[in-house]
Amino acid sequence: MVAVRVLGVLGVLFVLSIIVFAMMYLAPGDIVKNLLGNRPMNPDVVAAVREQYRLDDPVVVQYLSWLKGFLTGDLGESIRLQVPVADAIASRVGITAALCGLAFLVSVAVAVPLGVRSAVKAGGWVDRTGNALSILGLSAPTFAVGLLLLYVFAYYLPIFPVYGGGDGGIDTLRHLVLPAITLALGLGAIIVKLTRTAMLRELESDYVTFARSRGLGERLVRRIALRNAAIPIVTGASLVLTFLVGGTVLAETTYALPGLGTLLQDSVLFKDIAVVQSLTLLVAVVIAAIALIADLTYILLDPRVRRQMGAAS
Amino acid sequence: MTVLLSELSVLGPNGTMVEPVSAEIAPGATLALIGESGSGKTLTAKSIVGLLPRGFRATGAVTVAGQELPVGLRGDDAAWRRARGRSVSLLLQDPFTSLTPVHRCGDQIAWTLEAAHGHRIPRAAKRAQVEERLAEVNLPARVADAFPHELSGGMRQRVAIAAALASDPQLLIADEPTTALDASNQAEILDLLRRIQLERRLSVILISHDLGVVRGRTDDVLVMRDGQVVERGATAEVLAAPEHPYTRALIEADPVVAARSGARISAEEAADVAEAEALLVCEGVTKAFGVRTVLSDVDLTIAPGAIVGIVGESGSGKSTLARCIAGLEREDAGRIVLSGEALAPGRGSRTPDQMQIVFQDPYSSLNPMMSIGAILAEALGVAGRASSEVPAMLEMVGLPAEFAKKRPAELSGGQRQRVAIARALAPEPRLLICDESVSALDVSVQADILALLARLRDELGIAILFISHDLAVVRMIADTVTVMWDGRVVESGPCHEVLEQPAHEYTRLLVAAAMRENAVPADGKD
Repeated sequence: MVAVRVLGVLGVLFVLSIIVFAMMYLAPGDIVKNLLGNRPMNPDVVAAVREQYRLDDPVVVQYLSWLKGFLTGDLGESIRLQVPVADAIASRVGITAALCGLAFLVSVAVAVPLGVRSAVKAGGWVDRTGNALSILGLSAPTFAVGLLLLYVFAYYLPIFPVYGGGDGGIDTLRHLVLPAITLALGLGAIIVKLTRTAMLRELESDYVTFARSRGLGERLVRRIALRNAAIPIVTGASLVLTFLVGGTVLAETTYALPGLGTLLQDSVLFKDIAVVQSLTLLVAVVIAAIALIADLTYILLDPRVRRQMGAAS
Repeated sequence: MTVLLSELSVLGPNGTMVEPVSAEIAPGATLALIGESGSGKTLTAKSIVGLLPRGFRATGAVTVAGQELPVGLRGDDAAWRRARGRSVSLLLQDPFTSLTPVHRCGDQIAWTLEAAHGHRIPRAAKRAQVEERLAEVNLPARVADAFPHELSGGMRQRVAIAAALASDPQLLIADEPTTALDASNQAEILDLLRRIQLERRLSVILISHDLGVVRGRTDDVLVMRDGQVVERGATAEVLAAPEHPYTRALIEADPVVAARSGARISAEEAADVAEAEALLVCEGVTKAFGVRTVLSDVDLTIAPGAIVGIVGESGSGKSTLARCIAGLEREDAGRIVLSGEALAPGRGSRTPDQMQIVFQDPYSSLNPMMSIGAILAEALGVAGRASSEVPAMLEMVGLPAEFAKKRPAELSGGQRQRVAIARALAPEPRLLICDESVSALDVSVQADILALLARLRDELGIAILFISHDLAVVRMIADTVTVMWDGRVVESGPCHEVLEQPAHEYTRLLVAAAMRENAVPADGKD
């Protein structure tokens, strides 16, 4: 079963890679011109580009050589930065990964306990405050929240830096706090709702009544219910995790962070096709990996699924 | 050690839900609480463990072995934590939902042990105690490592009993403990409970809507209706000579009693049925899901206007057969012939006027967002009939025409099932398939629906395939009965013959379980 799932993911990525490759042809205008960008056109350069992208070979050969390059780390050259795409991505992937990781951590650490608390004391003040906050988090656009936080915590109360990625270590962490909170707000709002709904349903179930009737402590009862609720929460959380990828573009732009989001934005504006292709495929791989991990976690969390897997293999 | 309920009553958001109840239960004795759903028996039980739903509260007093339970306090009060488990435990109806699916059975029993001790128990000692508790309910030690879904329904209920009793309570409340189980498991679980109860001198409150469960296994009985105790006394006396009309009605409605007295709704002679040309013939129907064969070589004949019963436990293949006939499953082999015309497997070859199904659960088979009138109009529309016939359809199933404006949520279970029957009859089918259609209903409602089906058969001349796990119910309505076991037909014939002279051993077992002959203890208290 797991093998089938992995094969499925590989299949989806294969189809995506064809679409991404086709971007080169779908972009309006002459291919060579697009690939050249702002560089001056002369016969030598044109010949070099045709040679590099094998534009004189059949499309299938072009695709295969491009795919081989992608798999071996040779992603081509960024026409805007004049460096290999791999280097451009490598120098920025750290800050984006740190930002996403921090945002996810913050949102889970706050949202799950808040959701549990809201469900246990449904209608209480924690529930109502949490509800108001999550409506705010869901409805406020990322850039608006970003600007507001900047205004309050960087301008009025200069606790955090206004822009940039910092000089590494603690300083970078300090620079990432506000953007991470900005991203975590929207993500956390969804996780609070998910956790609350899942917990409410589990707390209504027979096994909770049975556990209480046997004199089990309320903390243990909640732990049992949360363990059951974990299945829908993990599934939901992994789905919203993919929102982060889109969200980083906005957050990185607002806070001028030198991450993949800003790289993608600049490259799209500049028609830097090699970079856009690589980033798009990278995002697809990351999202597919998250979905796969969520599926595997599912097996870990639910013994019933585990048994079916065992029976099928 | 005696358990005393004094003036225990339950107040809900709309006033008193249960009028004051008083009772005394000696150690080792069982008090039965019987009544239909809505009679207040479950609320009474929940008030004794302090687990009433939000908005409900209890007054009065409950004393267990000289210690008073904090009945008037809210369920999350600390006083309840000390009382629950150690003084009183509650065993629930459905072993499929009362154990958490993601924890091992051993852990679930160990939680009760630790809660009762008030501290953690070292791993090895815990394991030994869990195995001891499993042995008490006749389960092997390996069950401790199993997840609930790896066990059968009967085994799960045993685990639940072990978990409920691991805190050594003085009073056990068993709320319909066998309703969700098959007939052969029911007797086993009830006998197990009785044995443990006598060994431990445990007081038990047994809640049931099923007189067969109460008969012979309980000492005293309280009959409840609309939150009031209408009759009380020693079980044997109340069942033998009921005084209150409601108790009498309950006993008369009980399919076991009806079967014993030989009452049958059907008027048709079995011989007439056999002579008529068959409406439906199944020959050698076989179906497997993966490697598991659920139907092997099943033959079945239904005459026009006949009511044919199929009995068997869950997993016997009776529902799969019905679904193959209706085209909801595709049989792997065999022929299904309706009025001389062979039907290809699957839904594509079926038309609505051939057959219709009424399912078990009237709560989920009706769209909650549609009015009853709209539901029926839709079914009539599919059959090309005008929606002006809705009142006539309602009248046909014994419901007033005003019901067209209501929504399913406003109806009782029995009324919903009537609507489901009316909907199934809208395309004027030749065959009506009832798949456990009365199993989710209270006994008196069950009897009403069975009477309705028999009347519809007489008036419309339709044939009915009536599927149930309960032989006693089938006996009340069916002309012929087919007994299924493990995907095979083990016996079939006219209803009274099969029941009076069962040829197959499995049928004998079913008949015995249905008549509760094996359920009456040796001292013959009945």
